[in-house]
Amino acid sequence: MREETGRNEVKPSMKIDIRGLVCPYTFVKAKLAVEEMEVGQVLEIVLDYPGAAANIPRSMEEHGQKVLKVDRTGENQWVIFIRKEKD
Amino acid sequence: MEFTDLQIQRYSRHIILPEVGGKGQKKLLGARVLMVGAGGLGCPAGYYLSAAGVGTIGIVDDDLVEISNLQRQIAHSTGTIGMPKAESAKKTFEALNPDVKVIAMKGRLTKDNIMDIMKDYDIVIDGSDNFPTRYLVNDACVLARKPLVSGAILRFEGQVTTIVPHEGHCYRCLFEAPPPPGLVPSCQEAGVLGVLPGVIGALEATETLKLILGKGEPLKNTLLIYNALAVSFRKVKVPRNPDCPVCGQNPTITELADYDAGYCQR
Repeated sequence: MREETGRNEVKPSMKIDIRGLVCPYTFVKAKLAVEEMEVGQVLEIVLDYPGAAANIPRSMEEHGQKVLKVDRTGENQWVIFIRKEKD
Repeated sequence: MEFTDLQIQRYSRHIILPEVGGKGQKKLLGARVLMVGAGGLGCPAGYYLSAAGVGTIGIVDDDLVEISNLQRQIAHSTGTIGMPKAESAKKTFEALNPDVKVIAMKGRLTKDNIMDIMKDYDIVIDGSDNFPTRYLVNDACVLARKPLVSGAILRFEGQVTTIVPHEGHCYRCLFEAPPPPGLVPSCQEAGVLGVLPGVIGALEATETLKLILGKGEPLKNTLLIYNALAVSFRKVKVPRNPDCPVCGQNPTITELADYDAGYCQR
């Protein structure tokens, strides 16, 4: 069993900054990054497209990945943490 | 390889699919497909494979573009009448997608050249319009153990099947030998609804993409028959024939032959 990761335990092994991108390229970029990672590793995504703040977590769950956290860090800025669950 | 930003945009609808993703798209870009014929079937099949980013497409066709082709052969155009079909299709496919390298070969496949041409490709698509080529390609693919996606059309009906040699049936398990010359009419004699090869060619492209991606169920041991007037898709089981002359237990065909005696070459 994996423990649910708390705020201080999220250790991303990769970070992408996709500010400026809109859907669907936000998810496409995030998905390509996840493909490069090993199962269990965490991806940190910084974005500023409001639609993607909801779409990326939903699509990632649909693809079988785990959404650990969605933080709103500014009026139009979010940071999302995704843990890779499957290849 | 890493995707360029333009590739990420071009293939985004593929990359989003769980069954494709970036990994699948890279498989497509690295794939090598040989198309036999750039006519009614080859045009739409090659068009979609080019759009999909299949990296290398070889085209063998002996014909020149004629105005009577343009009712269905969508890779050619009024401006390419008189040009070799392989060249005309290359021009269209490379204009659609510069990621695709098209190798145009004007000529006919024969028992003497087919193995050498085929060796550079992973999958063969048969869109030929004659039985001698169809049997030659089948036998060569079985002997070389190369997957073959085969399509055929006439009037309002078309068929498609996927041959994975020694795993499923081959064309000779279905029809052991070519029909006698003159028995089966050609499109030239019988006519064909222009859009029909579009449907069948797109199915051939779909089967090819599935084989490259390793996803889904190929049309192994199955003949899919589409009738445009009835709007019906029928799947007919085609078991492997243990006595098949080329893929059976005691094959009698162990080397290639040309079968064109008595056939009209158009």
